Amino acid sequence: MNKSDTSTLAPQPGLPTTAASWYDRKGLVQIGLLAFLLLAPLALYFLGHIYYVNLASRITLIAMAAVGLNLAIGYGGMISFGHAAYFGLGGYVAGISAYHAFDFTPVIGWPIAIPGSDSMLVIWLAAILLCGLLALAIGAISLRTTGVYFIMITLAFAQMMYYFANSWPTYGGEDGLPIFLRNGLPWVDTNDALTFFLICFGGLVLSLALTSRIMKSRFGAALTMARLNDTRLATAGISPYPIRLVAFVISAMITGLAGALYADLNGFVSPTMLSWHMSGELMVIVILGGVGRLYGPLAGALLFVMMETLLGGMTEYWQLFLGLVLLFVVLFAKHGVMGWLAGRERHE
Amino acid sequence: MSEAVLELIDLNKRFGALQATRDVSLDLYPGEIHALIGPNGAGKSTLIGQIAGSLKPDSGRIVLAGQEITSLSVAQRARLGLGRSFQVSSLAEPLSVKRNVMIAVQALQGHSFRFWKPVQRDESLLAPALEALERMALTHRADTQVAELSHGERRQVEVACALALKPRVLLLDEPMAGLGPEGTAHLTELLEALKLEVPILLIEHDMDAVFRLADRISVLVAGGVIAQGDSAAIRANPQVREAYLGEATC
Repeated sequence: MNKSDTSTLAPQPGLPTTAASWYDRKGLVQIGLLAFLLLAPLALYFLGHIYYVNLASRITLIAMAAVGLNLAIGYGGMISFGHAAYFGLGGYVAGISAYHAFDFTPVIGWPIAIPGSDSMLVIWLAAILLCGLLALAIGAISLRTTGVYFIMITLAFAQMMYYFANSWPTYGGEDGLPIFLRNGLPWVDTNDALTFFLICFGGLVLSLALTSRIMKSRFGAALTMARLNDTRLATAGISPYPIRLVAFVISAMITGLAGALYADLNGFVSPTMLSWHMSGELMVIVILGGVGRLYGPLAGALLFVMMETLLGGMTEYWQLFLGLVLLFVVLFAKHGVMGWLAGRERHE
Repeated sequence: MSEAVLELIDLNKRFGALQATRDVSLDLYPGEIHALIGPNGAGKSTLIGQIAGSLKPDSGRIVLAGQEITSLSVAQRARLGLGRSFQVSSLAEPLSVKRNVMIAVQALQGHSFRFWKPVQRDESLLAPALEALERMALTHRADTQVAELSHGERRQVEVACALALKPRVLLLDEPMAGLGPEGTAHLTELLEALKLEVPILLIEHDMDAVFRLADRISVLVAGGVIAQGDSAAIRANPQVREAYLGEATC
């Protein structure tokens, strides 16, 4: 193609501009959110408020888990009501691995001995792989259904995980499993609140960058078409099912990694991380922030955890107010906090 | 005459008591437009569903370019060269026209599991998409959202999407439906130029367009083909006049 044809790529008057610059409204909101999340805990750390640094880590990890869910719900149109399965599995990988590293017993003794590990790198890799495998199995079955059946079947699988963890005494059953020593990384002190926050922040930024990159690729184009019109995708000759399944697996891997870090943040993992409340919370965060908006999960998690902390400190009925906010978003601001702050998303 | 690109052999499809397709045999040769007409309820949509792959026939075979496709999925048939347009446009409305066509180019190239390179700057996707749009005289609308297009333009985008697949056969389901006289004339012209390249199986209600475009016409009534021939023969056929044209001409 010759150069003159590129003129058709340029935005034309009256058409939505497709070029995303860091200095337009959306770019500024995104940078603002990230900067706030990074700078506020930095300042508070040096003022000695460790509690708020840990709170920022919590927001970051919940946001990262929701980034994973947003890939399924927002970009793939797969309304998963069972992402707690991956969040919790990631958490249990961290907990179980640390437990065995602590008392020098193997995680599995047969057919090959797999020792426990208190290295975060090993735990992250294991969490990502196991969550990917679990999502491959759950997705392969669930994605044969659509609509409300898909919601119910993903919920059912997550509840199976929940009851399984509840009734497995080796790892604490319903009491959960403590992680006595936070898992480590070479050269850095993960027990330091700020260091740990920066690790979490890195994970969030990476998962955002990955999602953004994937959605701009050929795979993202196919996934977008699978969401908007899967008949069109099939008519073009691309089967929607494998595209959705791979997106579902990537989504679960991101949520699972967030779960592994979350267990380390709390020094504790319990079946609560696998419960449908957790799935619902992640879903609420995605909806609050703006479904299918890259930074929606971050905006949603900020709002959710801050409401929980501020209102929760005033009244134990804080969820009543959360309900009102959610009602407002669903009725009046359908595009969530990001839609309200940064304007409506335009497709290219 | 050379070999048929698309052959339907004794297709039958039944929904409960209703025989929606009855022993239908049809073929399509290179360089021709074969029109399929029939009154409402004749079973045209059911037949298209079976050709495109969304419905499975109870018996009979469908052969595309020498290969049996009867039990293949919609996507597999598309990969073997079956391009189609829908009676009610089926496009991704929030996306731009070019993005709708680019997905077809991407499918043709067969690389959808690529996660890194942005499609926005991918010339190997964009150039063929723009070429297909040019063939349908839509280059100026490439960056417009489908939601902002007129009805006629959407029809053209559908054909462009099908063309971008470099199909061996085009299956067009009432491409003129809902178009004004001007739009119909415009599309008729575009299709006439197209048939030399891709044979077209045309399902259409607009009789003027059918008689102008079609090399052969098959008439479907109550699930079965009652007549087949060129436009003069179909016009003269008393059975057809009674079953179908009678309603339109008197």
